[in-house]
Amino acid sequence: MGRYWQTLSRFWGTAVAVQLEYQANVLIELLAVAMSLSGSLFLLSLFYGPDQTLGGWNWAQALMVQGLYTVFDGMATTWLRPNLGAIVTHVREGTLDFVLLKPIDSQFWLSLRTLSPAGLPEIGLGLGLLAWGSHQAGVVFSLSSLFTVLVMLLAGGLILYSLWFLIAATSIWFVKTWNATEVLRALLASGRYPLNAYPPALRLLFTLVLPVAFLTTVPAQVLLGEAAAPMLFAGLALAALFFAAARAFWLFALRFYTSASS
Amino acid sequence: MRIFGLNRRIIRVLLGSQYAHMLEYRAEIALWALSGVLPFIMLSVWSGSDARSGLGLDGVALDRYFLSAFLVRQFSVVWVVYAFEEDALLGRLSPYLLQPLHPLWRYVAAHLGEQLTRLPFAALIAAVFFAVRPQAIWLPSLGGFLLAWLATWMAFAIAFLFQSLIAAFCFWSEKASALERLQFIPFLFLSGLLAPLTAFPPVVRALAQWTPFPYLIDFPARVLAGQPVDLLAGFGAQLAWIALLLPLVLLLWRAGVRRYSAMGA
Repeated sequence: MGRYWQTLSRFWGTAVAVQLEYQANVLIELLAVAMSLSGSLFLLSLFYGPDQTLGGWNWAQALMVQGLYTVFDGMATTWLRPNLGAIVTHVREGTLDFVLLKPIDSQFWLSLRTLSPAGLPEIGLGLGLLAWGSHQAGVVFSLSSLFTVLVMLLAGGLILYSLWFLIAATSIWFVKTWNATEVLRALLASGRYPLNAYPPALRLLFTLVLPVAFLTTVPAQVLLGEAAAPMLFAGLALAALFFAAARAFWLFALRFYTSASS
Repeated sequence: MRIFGLNRRIIRVLLGSQYAHMLEYRAEIALWALSGVLPFIMLSVWSGSDARSGLGLDGVALDRYFLSAFLVRQFSVVWVVYAFEEDALLGRLSPYLLQPLHPLWRYVAAHLGEQLTRLPFAALIAAVFFAVRPQAIWLPSLGGFLLAWLATWMAFAIAFLFQSLIAAFCFWSEKASALERLQFIPFLFLSGLLAPLTAFPPVVRALAQWTPFPYLIDFPARVLAGQPVDLLAGFGAQLAWIALLLPLVLLLWRAGVRRYSAMGA
């Protein structure tokens, strides 16, 4: 266990050091995040006339959802895209062989090898938006509610990771699948809006098949005091289920991996 | 006759080989087609929202608008920056530059080949859409369809030139894709992909019309959906953007190639 921690700190230390060499990139990234967020807020405002609601959610509550979405989008930029996007390259160039030979779990290595600090401002802004929206929506913060939201964020992160990893792992067979993660990204964009804004069929899809609901809508409901403990446990159970599926699928996929030269 | 190294025989070979190349990656292109579902997600939010009445689009018109937006996007997607950045970084560009053919033509052919490969998948997605919402089925008149086709091609030309301009910056900096990302954000919000331009407040709409973005999705989609649209102003603006971008691209490319020394040299 200690070895894993030490490896992790080395990985991330070097990743951050490398990124900081490109300072222009940091500025571009900040600009992109600011533009993207103001665009999203503008788009959201189009749905709101004078005292109207979107699927029963008022403006402040919708901001909370938007904030949560921004957090997860930042998480994808910081963590998922740089790591899981590289799996395709490893398979194509045969460097996955080296990963598999290392005396460390291959899924651990592939999932946490690097970190792109570019997404951190987005996570910060998303959290800020969530806090501001909650404040406007009249949420009373308590230690227990903060703790629950943290747990929901972790569960959401785990679900997002597992989905992404499941798709990235298919590159063992198809070699070129970063586009599949594009499909995932496009579908995840549905998490920008409260689940109730969608027609019933899509609501079902976003809860059970592609559990976007547990990333943004459910945590917001938990904060608002609308969702009770069962929903929270459902989120946690789903996260565990998806993670187990991703793990099992990876071990299964590796059995089909033949190294580049064979 | 050769235009920038192009004649009829070369066009045929280039298109044929690029189409064959794209056919090899059918699964990938199907996934790309599927990743364009964003307009449908937005449609489902829009059709449940009270703000819809402010759009002047009734349910069926909204359906048709977003389906058209999806189709226009499918046939005007451009990825020159990424292909070019890779070619430049890996040094593949050097042999291209030695050939008596403008390297941009190769990318044009690749895009056209991809559009052709994409056609059945886009048609399939449209068919599924009609199966779910049969009341939205419509057939544009032949004239309307041809006009929409032309508008989509012009949109593709603008997007292609715009990205080629950004790609040309690769000669100076290796990170043109960061610039591409920056232009993608206003494109996303101002093009009409996420919301019809009629939903915008008048000030924003007026501002957006001075950017190239509405002519990339909103205008062609409106023509295809058979909505009232100022054809003269739309095509005029599209032509104006092409006329502005084309000389800029050619100039910047010429300057860039002169400056170019293969990676590692």
